Amino acid sequence: MYRARLFASKHARTYESVYNLLSPIILRALKVIHKLSKNTLDTPITWLEKKIKGFLFDCQMCGNCVLSSTGMTCPMNCPKTLRNGPCGGVLENGNCEVKPDMECVWVNAWRGSRKMRNNLEIQQIQFAVNHEQEGSSAWIRLAKQEIEIKDYEH
Amino acid sequence: MSTEDSIKINPEFIYHPGNPLPEIEGHVSCGRFERILRSGKFAVTSELAPPDSADRTEVFHRAALFDQVVDAINATDGSGANCHMSSVVVCALLSHIGYSPILQISCRDKNRIAIQGDILGAAALGVGNVLALTGDDVSAGDQPEAKRVFDLDSISLLMTIVKMRDESMLLSGRKLSHPPKMFAGSTINPFVPPVKSRIMQLEKKIDAGAEFIQTQYCFDMPMLTDFMSEAVDKGLTERAFILPGVGVLASARTARWLTTNVPGVHIPESIIKRLDSAKDQKKEGQKICIEIMQQVKEIEGVSGVHVMAYNQEKHVAEIVKESGVLGDRKPWAPKNEY
Repeated sequence: MYRARLFASKHARTYESVYNLLSPIILRALKVIHKLSKNTLDTPITWLEKKIKGFLFDCQMCGNCVLSSTGMTCPMNCPKTLRNGPCGGVLENGNCEVKPDMECVWVNAWRGSRKMRNNLEIQQIQFAVNHEQEGSSAWIRLAKQEIEIKDYEH
Repeated sequence: MSTEDSIKINPEFIYHPGNPLPEIEGHVSCGRFERILRSGKFAVTSELAPPDSADRTEVFHRAALFDQVVDAINATDGSGANCHMSSVVVCALLSHIGYSPILQISCRDKNRIAIQGDILGAAALGVGNVLALTGDDVSAGDQPEAKRVFDLDSISLLMTIVKMRDESMLLSGRKLSHPPKMFAGSTINPFVPPVKSRIMQLEKKIDAGAEFIQTQYCFDMPMLTDFMSEAVDKGLTERAFILPGVGVLASARTARWLTTNVPGVHIPESIIKRLDSAKDQKKEGQKICIEIMQQVKEIEGVSGVHVMAYNQEKHVAEIVKESGVLGDRKPWAPKNEY
């Protein structure tokens, strides 16, 4: 939802705090669920992630979530799906050249990032999306990665 | 014995990609453009609009307009999202004669598989410079029904070029038997929002491997001066050569049209007023360009200037000469008629 998305970047600092608080809890829960049920609950979890992030950020389920590095603004809403900063065609009023009624995703992202505690993360280079992960849950992937790392360490 | 010698081919059909210059330590390409910049000379580049034609002589005629005033020629890649002759082929034709072309690659039309193939092919044909661009959106052109690709963005594209060149491998990790030795660059537009983020973006592009940067049209000197002083403070001008873009405005009407119809072009009202009140608007537009070029040259950290004179290419030589930015230096040009 466009309005919810603008709200997120305006309140990026609050979102960042909530994210920092919730993400370890969600991850821990997912790890437990994954250990118990293996992959059987992946579909409903992905559905839930899509609904929640879709409402809050207009998430496009690219499966390569970088919200915390882009001022709590989903870069996949940029018509050119740019993940490293704005293109050179931003209009004088800060709106998108392709969708002139929409604020440029990166004007939004930059504003959000200035409000966040960790405002240097926007400087990190994001390599192009891995399209194999499109439509998959970034949460489940993170949980599985952590389990794998733990297994590897043992 | 080279591969070419070992296979018997009619010599008429062997393609000789220009005359690659000998390798120099610390240089990534064998091209003239990198040499000019690394030797500290003020460089001039310009833009060639590839023709809507399958006749290569049209390319040569367009390039000849820049003889002796330009160090490198950008070949645009479907600029404005309109189809023209491919930039890879224009660059190959130019490098065959000995020009130093800059291959523009837009992320709009090709995915990473096609782009990597183009880089290899262009390098094989003697193209020594490459410019990574996002590209205008398909909606800007005359075929808005086309599918937009944007598989890579300009920063991912830069990383791809550098990986292929320096690590001699494709993105997949597959080894290349001969890496593409290309001088890599990208663009920046410091004149449009979010203005404050543009310096961070410049830094990102340089981190990703950009060795030279060409900017969008500069008509707003205070904005460029601010941007450049920030770049100098951050040490970015030590890490990449920056060539601000300058434009030739044909009239106040053109200026207004550009501002409203071409996204990313910022022309201050004062410039438009100056054109409006001039007797000969065309001459005034050239005068503005000359003045901006001279002012740009004085800014700390600037390594050259990129002249974009769409539809006014025939005036570029005159403008560059009149500006005096090259001093008494005459850039390379082919001696023979073709």
